Amino acid sequence: MQTFQYVKASGIEKALASGGSGKFIAGGTTLVDLMKLSVESPSALVDINPLPLNKIERLPNGGLRIGAMVRNSDLAWNVDVQKSYAVLSQALLSGASPQLRNMATTGGNLMQRTRCAYFREPSAGTPGGYGCNKRIPGTGCAAMDGFNRMHAVLGTSDHCIATHPSDMCVAMAALEAVIHVEGPKGKRTIAFEEFHKLPGDTPQIENALEPGELITHVDLPKPVEGARSVYVKLRDRASYEFALASSAVVLRVEGGHIRYARVALGGVGTKPWRSHEAEHALTGKPADAHTFRTAAEAALAQAKPRQDNGFKVELAKRCIVRSLKLATA
Amino acid sequence: MAIDTLPHANEVIGTIVPRIDGPLKTTGTARYAVDHDFPGLVHAVAVQSTIGKGRIRSLDTSAAEAAPGVLLVLHHGNLHGVYRLFPHVQEGTISEARPPFDDDKIYYWGQYIALVVAETLEQARAGAAAIRVEYDAETPDVRTDLGEGFTGQRESSWLRGDPDKALASAPVVIDETYSTPLETHNPMEMHGTVAVWQGNHATLYECSQGVVNHRMVMAQVLGIPVENVRVVSRFIGSGFGGKLFPWPQSTLAAVAARQLNRPVKLSVDRRMMFTGVGHRPRTQQRIRLGATPDGKLTAIRHDFYTETSINDDFVEHCGEQTPFLYSCPNLEVTTALVRRNVGAPAPMRGPGAVPGLFALESAMDELAIKLNMDPLELRIKNDAQRDEGTNKPFSSRHLKECYLTGAEKMGWKQRTPQVGSMKRDGKVIGWGLAGASWAAARIPCTATAELTPNGRVAIRCATQDIGTGTYTIFAQVMQARTGVPMDRIDVFLGDTSLPEGPTSGGSMTTSAVLPAATSAINQAIDRLIRIATLASGSPFKGAKPDSLALTAGRVHSKGQPAESGVAFEDLIRMANLSGVTGEGKTNPSWEDPKAREYSLHSFGAHFAEVEWEPEIARIRVSRIFSIFDCGRIINKGAGANQILGAAVMGVGMALFEETVHDARTGQPINGSFADYLVTTCADLPDLDVTFLDYPDYIVNEYGARGIGEIGMAGVAPAITSAVYHATGVRVRDLPVRIEDLLQSKILEA
Repeated sequence: MQTFQYVKASGIEKALASGGSGKFIAGGTTLVDLMKLSVESPSALVDINPLPLNKIERLPNGGLRIGAMVRNSDLAWNVDVQKSYAVLSQALLSGASPQLRNMATTGGNLMQRTRCAYFREPSAGTPGGYGCNKRIPGTGCAAMDGFNRMHAVLGTSDHCIATHPSDMCVAMAALEAVIHVEGPKGKRTIAFEEFHKLPGDTPQIENALEPGELITHVDLPKPVEGARSVYVKLRDRASYEFALASSAVVLRVEGGHIRYARVALGGVGTKPWRSHEAEHALTGKPADAHTFRTAAEAALAQAKPRQDNGFKVELAKRCIVRSLKLATA
Repeated sequence: MAIDTLPHANEVIGTIVPRIDGPLKTTGTARYAVDHDFPGLVHAVAVQSTIGKGRIRSLDTSAAEAAPGVLLVLHHGNLHGVYRLFPHVQEGTISEARPPFDDDKIYYWGQYIALVVAETLEQARAGAAAIRVEYDAETPDVRTDLGEGFTGQRESSWLRGDPDKALASAPVVIDETYSTPLETHNPMEMHGTVAVWQGNHATLYECSQGVVNHRMVMAQVLGIPVENVRVVSRFIGSGFGGKLFPWPQSTLAAVAARQLNRPVKLSVDRRMMFTGVGHRPRTQQRIRLGATPDGKLTAIRHDFYTETSINDDFVEHCGEQTPFLYSCPNLEVTTALVRRNVGAPAPMRGPGAVPGLFALESAMDELAIKLNMDPLELRIKNDAQRDEGTNKPFSSRHLKECYLTGAEKMGWKQRTPQVGSMKRDGKVIGWGLAGASWAAARIPCTATAELTPNGRVAIRCATQDIGTGTYTIFAQVMQARTGVPMDRIDVFLGDTSLPEGPTSGGSMTTSAVLPAATSAINQAIDRLIRIATLASGSPFKGAKPDSLALTAGRVHSKGQPAESGVAFEDLIRMANLSGVTGEGKTNPSWEDPKAREYSLHSFGAHFAEVEWEPEIARIRVSRIFSIFDCGRIINKGAGANQILGAAVMGVGMALFEETVHDARTGQPINGSFADYLVTTCADLPDLDVTFLDYPDYIVNEYGARGIGEIGMAGVAPAITSAVYHATGVRVRDLPVRIEDLLQSKILEA
């Protein structure tokens, strides 16, 4: 870990004023970890824990406003979230451990970085270490032909196959959340699907934030009337483990037919993976096993597995089918 | 979880006795190795190689040496005064025989290449990060197929009859290869050393499973007389075998402290736990079984490869149980040692038996299926009445009763053999079983007991409690012999200044310490009674010693109640004694003509149930019944804790654990607690432990054998057999992974 400046931000303005010189730190569950590994070495940390962004409020339009500093635990156990956005509560509680959830924040989780072992190891065979285009653009991708059992099969490029690790984000993708940010140029909103970026040939760019911009809130739209939502996570052990495949669905069924469907996948994509293909295959169709399997096939049609992660394609399909079954049971 | 207690229990030996060190540990007052602090203590941080094979071309320490607070930088160019211990010839056992920084060669990823010592830990870390290394790197050999390119010799053992001929003519044959991965010890407490010199004397605060061996080794490595080394390990956050023998951090801390003449602390972090402090080596085992159509074994061949490091000859003896577990006239075990660019392996809970029985018991399950026979019936049919490997009778073997007891508890009669045929609550369930065995012995031990003038009983021994309950075992013996309550008993362990005791390994500590502790306190009591008959002022002056006894802490005439007598501390004070001591000793079983006539082993069986959700390829272990024949259990609480913990580790071995090395660099690529999966509480099945509790008086007068290792043997094959029963997928390469289970043809429950 390198020496860094530490600034405590007493208000949003102060945070924005000092934001350009370093990184914001909230719960620190990803950033401190990566600093210890020398993957991140910010010259300054701007501590945003004092900011008044820790409330969950109902919006006049029936939606929910979640402050960026709301802890994962508090969000998961919030009564409104449990009642109206069950998929989000389930996703949060399936992630990490109680200790981590007590620290991790809503804004921080949006910024969570990949667990790719090659990204996290900067010193292999010094100098240079493993090639990692995300860590040092232009150095290649050691995961491509390395141990890539945990890596992504959707949204990959020739430059990066790193999986986005968040559970919360998968639920938020299905809920079509809106991210509010504030920066040197003022306030703006970003649709959830636009927030995380595909790696393409710039895997070092992970999201739509401009330099110095701070996430202040996440808004959830008014709950879809009559819809049910479910999060299913499949992993190697029962707790404290990242997803091999996960599925968040929001589904409304009328007269045996699916009238509203939102599907997002975790553990398989380079970003929280909204599957319009699955949604299209579901909408208007009978809520039955055939439709579910067809949607699952559609969601994974473009999957590109590598050496060790081919099983994720079938596993993700089964995960989608299970979540759809649960949402219509 | 449940623990059944069976007969033979008396008031303090054989019941559940809470650990006397429990309050110290749960309140954080127990001091572990790196908890020790001293005035002037400085911190060392090791620099590790970031290649898996090659040599150091250049090592630039100038920036580190100039960094704030840095006091010393050691590396292969400037390290002096470290000597080699030649393994298997010289006395003592060392984990990695090559002294640290011996030359510029790199044999495995994570090898120590430099040490930075600074005033603070942060300064030492910054100094370590400032060291610039250039390598001539080669591609390390971390191939997982151990047979690939093997050109060495196989070593034959236990040959009897003609197994090849018997296999050629056997009506039913199983021929399969099983593999177990490289697994990493992950005790809660990581390795670490605090080294303190006073003149030419070194005191090392360690987490060692064997302080006496550690002292022997470090005296030779540091080049000082053995009496100038003191090793202290009062509390150990478990070891599982990884802390049996010294690792390089101990040497480096001691050398740095000597050079600086200041106390030095060197801690191994979780990431480093995956490189230079041991692992269970990968094994690859071909098992061939021949049998008659009615299930009588006619031949067993167990041919295995076991991985070791480039410089150390560590053998995982996978065939140790094979010669005597079953009755079979034709048998051979062969061993092939395969070198890879990994750190030195180390014994890990149940070394040899745990991977070996995974292979043998899996093959037995496959044979039962091929014979269309109940796997329980196959075990019982081939149960050995005598050790056919050594041709000796067993001192005590009740494996058949383990099986029958387990079958009764599990309700085995209800098992239907067809794959996927048993269902419950919308899930498929699978049942499997496997046997276990582990050697017993009585190893040497000495101890000193003392009756003190303040009414306390002390017992001293340079063995150590690695979390298994050894402190409490000593206290139980003291209480049983003197009647003094636990809160007036003091047990001193984990310090080489005490009488020599055994290494805590091989499940042999309890059986070793019992006779020594007993004879020590007996001698102290005898001496006290003799003094009571001689000392002026003693009410027993002139009495015959054999007319007196010590009961409930009081010396009294035999035939009279204890209350009629005198508290032992009063007699000691009356006679103006500083205390009365006694020395005790345990003679090893191999020097005991009676014990040498017998095969000494413990036995057991696990019955496992898994729940299978085919739609999402999810397997969970739901129940394990463990039935064990380990002689008389001295402390049923600590004893059950051993079997339960071993079953939990067994679940990890079956379903989760594997250290994966990057094929290009040789780096353990999942070397963290987030990436190397161990069993979490959420993965735990219902666990149920039964001790048969038959005393084995050949091993010692208490009838106790050991229980640390055996509980892990047989868990993985019981689970994989249950997995097969539920899914139809036979996993021969551990761990069971979701990608294996996706091959199941059982698609719904």
